[in-house]
Amino acid sequence: MARTVLPFGPQHPVLPEPLHLTLTIEDEIVKEAIPKLGYVHRGLEKLAEIRDHTQMIQIVERVCGICSTLHAMCYCQGIEALMGVEIPPRARFLRVVWAEMHRMHSHLLWLGLFADAFGFESLFMQFWRIRERIMDLQEATSGNRVIVSVNLVGGVKRDIDAETARWILDTLKIVEKETLQLKSTIMDDFTVKSRTVGKGVLTKEKAYELGAAGPTLRASGIVQDMRQTGYAAYSELDFSPVVETDGDCYARTVCRFNEIFQAIDLIRQAFAKLPAGELAVKAKGLPNGEVVSRVEQPRGEVLYYLKGNGKKFLDRLRIRTPTFANIPPLLDMLPGCDLADVPVLILTIDPCISCTER
Amino acid sequence: MKDYALVITEDNTAEIATDKVISQIRVLKDEGFRFVTMSSADLGESVCVVYHMDKDLELVNLKVDVPKGKTIPSIASVFSCAFLVENEIKEHFGVDFDGLPLDFQGMLYNDEEVQRTPFCKIGITRI
Repeated sequence: MARTVLPFGPQHPVLPEPLHLTLTIEDEIVKEAIPKLGYVHRGLEKLAEIRDHTQMIQIVERVCGICSTLHAMCYCQGIEALMGVEIPPRARFLRVVWAEMHRMHSHLLWLGLFADAFGFESLFMQFWRIRERIMDLQEATSGNRVIVSVNLVGGVKRDIDAETARWILDTLKIVEKETLQLKSTIMDDFTVKSRTVGKGVLTKEKAYELGAAGPTLRASGIVQDMRQTGYAAYSELDFSPVVETDGDCYARTVCRFNEIFQAIDLIRQAFAKLPAGELAVKAKGLPNGEVVSRVEQPRGEVLYYLKGNGKKFLDRLRIRTPTFANIPPLLDMLPGCDLADVPVLILTIDPCISCTER
Repeated sequence: MKDYALVITEDNTAEIATDKVISQIRVLKDEGFRFVTMSSADLGESVCVVYHMDKDLELVNLKVDVPKGKTIPSIASVFSCAFLVENEIKEHFGVDFDGLPLDFQGMLYNDEEVQRTPFCKIGITRI
């Protein structure tokens, strides 16, 4: 059978963002996949040379809308380590609350997009309907639905009072109930399973060797989550990573679905233990030295390498996002799969191309 | 030591020679380390490349100083996933990696019309 070269993307109904793959197929079976990036490369890292280290918080929040507060948290955490700043306990717990809200809305967004990828449009709308409740919480607590700009070097700039906290917890009860109602559809439905079970298997060994991150890594049976390092207030919360073992599209879906409930639990714990006190301390001085800062985004581990020189502009800001790490595993998964499964496989790494290209 | 925000010092980061890169990375892989990524920074006459490796959430960094215009070996033979970040560093800083299995020729993100390495203060012109 002759081989055919097929361009996939950058514009494709299943892709919310532009990614191009050159697929070599033989009898509808993918033999090779070569990526092409660069459609949304903005060179944001370079802005560190002309925007001072406090202005850069607004820039990194725009690396990716879905993970905005986590980008800022990772950046601030790095600058705080360089400047020797210890943030107040209340700020640490509030950072957890916003981070977990982000995880929930990202996973609900992904579950909807994933349902849409295999043509289950009513399920897509159900997940997005639930997600709107989280967006309302984010808007009420931060003033924005998507770009949750709450972090600053030394703490957070917004508080959540007791009455708002009660409202958040009440809303989370509804979110939990409504998400549970969709559990049997996403996990037991014959159609969903026929498109996901046994598709795009990434073995434990391959996932580790290829540097996979986040649910893509944990769905292959590896217990690794940056929250285990205990950043923000995670060291004071009861937490263990959600892990699946099969490494296929179904396992990655189940992993993300269960992480929604884990996020709800973490927010409840954070509010139960939320200490009173200051929101931020004044950070004195300027960053000097090199630091590697890591946090767990919804899509996986993000790494910031920051190099300061004692001046207000950083020498270097480097961001390694989880989708960047998950592209090599995706290229390993694609050969051998049916052409019809390519969109499903691509979506199971939860690709964020604007993150990847910065 | 906080592994979520690790300040790089001489005590916790080894500086290695360019010809020792592959052997050092292979040693770490044999010890069970995972390749996280590589970072790079312009130092004027040279480019500093930092290899970030992780095992059980413990981060290990290796530094290599690469004079501008010089070549260093690609570690894609040890960790195949490194090809993507090596292509990025090649495009942004002009560091040439010897043995890259998939070489985008400095055009991973940018088009052919971008002739200089955009992340260097003193750039290297693409030939």
